[in-house]
Amino acid sequence: MKLLRRIVLYAGLSIAAITFIYPFLWMASSTFKPPVEVGSLALIPHDFTLDNYRTMWARAPFGRALVNSTFVATTITLAVLVFGSMTAYAMARLNFRGRPALNAATIAVLMVPGQLTLIPLYTLIVQLGWVDTYAALIVPYLFNATAILMLRQFFLQIPQSLIDSARMDGMSEPRILFTIFWPLSKPVLSIVAIFTFMGAWNEVLWPLLVVREQHLMTLPQLLTVFALGGGAGTVGVSLASAMVLVVPVVVAYAFLQRNFIESMAGSGIKG
Amino acid sequence: MRAEQKTASLMAGPYAAFLLVFAVYPIVFALVLVFLQWDLVTTPTFAGAGNLQLLVHDGRFWRAVANTFVFLSIHVPLQIVTALALALTLNRQLVGRSFWRAAFFLPVVISGAVVAILWSQLYATDVGLINKLLVRIGLSPVPWLTDPRTAMPAIAVMVTWKNVGFYVIIYLAGLQYIPRSCQEAIEIEGASAWQRFRYLTLPSLLPQTILVVTLSTINGFQLFIEPYVMTGGGPLRRTYSVVLYLYNNAFAYQKMGYAATIGVALALIIGVVVFAQRRLIGKAEAL
Repeated sequence: MKLLRRIVLYAGLSIAAITFIYPFLWMASSTFKPPVEVGSLALIPHDFTLDNYRTMWARAPFGRALVNSTFVATTITLAVLVFGSMTAYAMARLNFRGRPALNAATIAVLMVPGQLTLIPLYTLIVQLGWVDTYAALIVPYLFNATAILMLRQFFLQIPQSLIDSARMDGMSEPRILFTIFWPLSKPVLSIVAIFTFMGAWNEVLWPLLVVREQHLMTLPQLLTVFALGGGAGTVGVSLASAMVLVVPVVVAYAFLQRNFIESMAGSGIKG
Repeated sequence: MRAEQKTASLMAGPYAAFLLVFAVYPIVFALVLVFLQWDLVTTPTFAGAGNLQLLVHDGRFWRAVANTFVFLSIHVPLQIVTALALALTLNRQLVGRSFWRAAFFLPVVISGAVVAILWSQLYATDVGLINKLLVRIGLSPVPWLTDPRTAMPAIAVMVTWKNVGFYVIIYLAGLQYIPRSCQEAIEIEGASAWQRFRYLTLPSLLPQTILVVTLSTINGFQLFIEPYVMTGGGPLRRTYSVVLYLYNNAFAYQKMGYAATIGVALALIIGVVVFAQRRLIGKAEAL
């Protein structure tokens, strides 16, 4: 009886896991199939081909989009870590006049839905002349209120004695932050790094508004434009272009799944 | 003290400036745009209550709002049930628990654009995987994304699938907080599995359920890339979402004032709905 229940449990879990994994496996295998085979449920291509990748690479600048995405997401992540830590350090450990106001403003900003500010931000970018520039993709994301609140929370728990003795040694505040606080804050830094990078990597609505030039598009945008504009032509080509976006993420996820789950579930950000 | 003030303003000053330019200004300017007519090329003109009047009588906007409620009425309950069921299963003694957890979480890390493109293929009427499976077990194929009755439910199921791993983690965290002693006590009392679930587990998870309802509702109002990629808002505008309408007003029709008005209205609707949900759940619990 007990054995039977175990079997039912694992069978159910396996079916559930298959519904989450199989579509991605099917997607990956379809990119190696010729068009006639794409409709098949089988995962092993009958006539293995790389044509979908050749076509995709030739028809749209996916190499450039990969570079753009990597550059934009990396810059944003570094900025959020460095600038966010500096802000959070000041908000957690230094006394200054505007501190309560800054705290309140940070929480208030998080409560405003993004749709409210989307259009005014877009008109701001247009007026700054930033349409079709990296600045439009990066600058509005240089600071992140969620990240600052998380870092601040963590920094509040670090003992004051560490700061006091470092100050006695004549260390500057930024130096205390980066040489004493940072090594102690690795868990929270990795959480912030992952959800920031993933948010930037997967973002599609904002690039669709501020970038029209194909060579400046990030992967999700180019992929969307390519698949919708009919540039892909066949399902295999369109899925092959999606693979450029997915493979780096899945590889990172395979190695760091625990960190990914902790980070993305903890931040409330969903790709 | 003065030195500290100076260091602090150097460290926190840039963020304060950033907030002013990229948060405070857009919020204020959104409210200004509501009263303007602006195509971004010519100078903006004062529109009075024109945008608001248009919004109130705009069938397309209210169609999009209604579509969102159709989406939510399927997505939110389905999300709670699936996330809770998977979390309760994962909370047992299991071999390879981290593998199962990682499997359910996989779609969360994948870009929404990719998921939409992939599921367009899965839902395709003639060659789609789902219809192939239906035909194999003797059913007739369903035109998922081209039938006005099934298109939005199909998208709601897909979004539930994409996000369920996220909510499983929230429920799993909640399950850790149910004290062992309570579980043992209720077992000694001879409660059935259903009674244990109904009178201990479910009430204990109320904070998590409120969170799931709130987050999945907000997420539902932000629906954009799925209809943009999969249906373009059709068939018969049944999958048109509010954000897609907002985007088209700004990008395709160059109506900044009206697009901003939609954004402000959407923020208000989200606020009212989330508030009403919390009141309702609070009342239901008191019963």
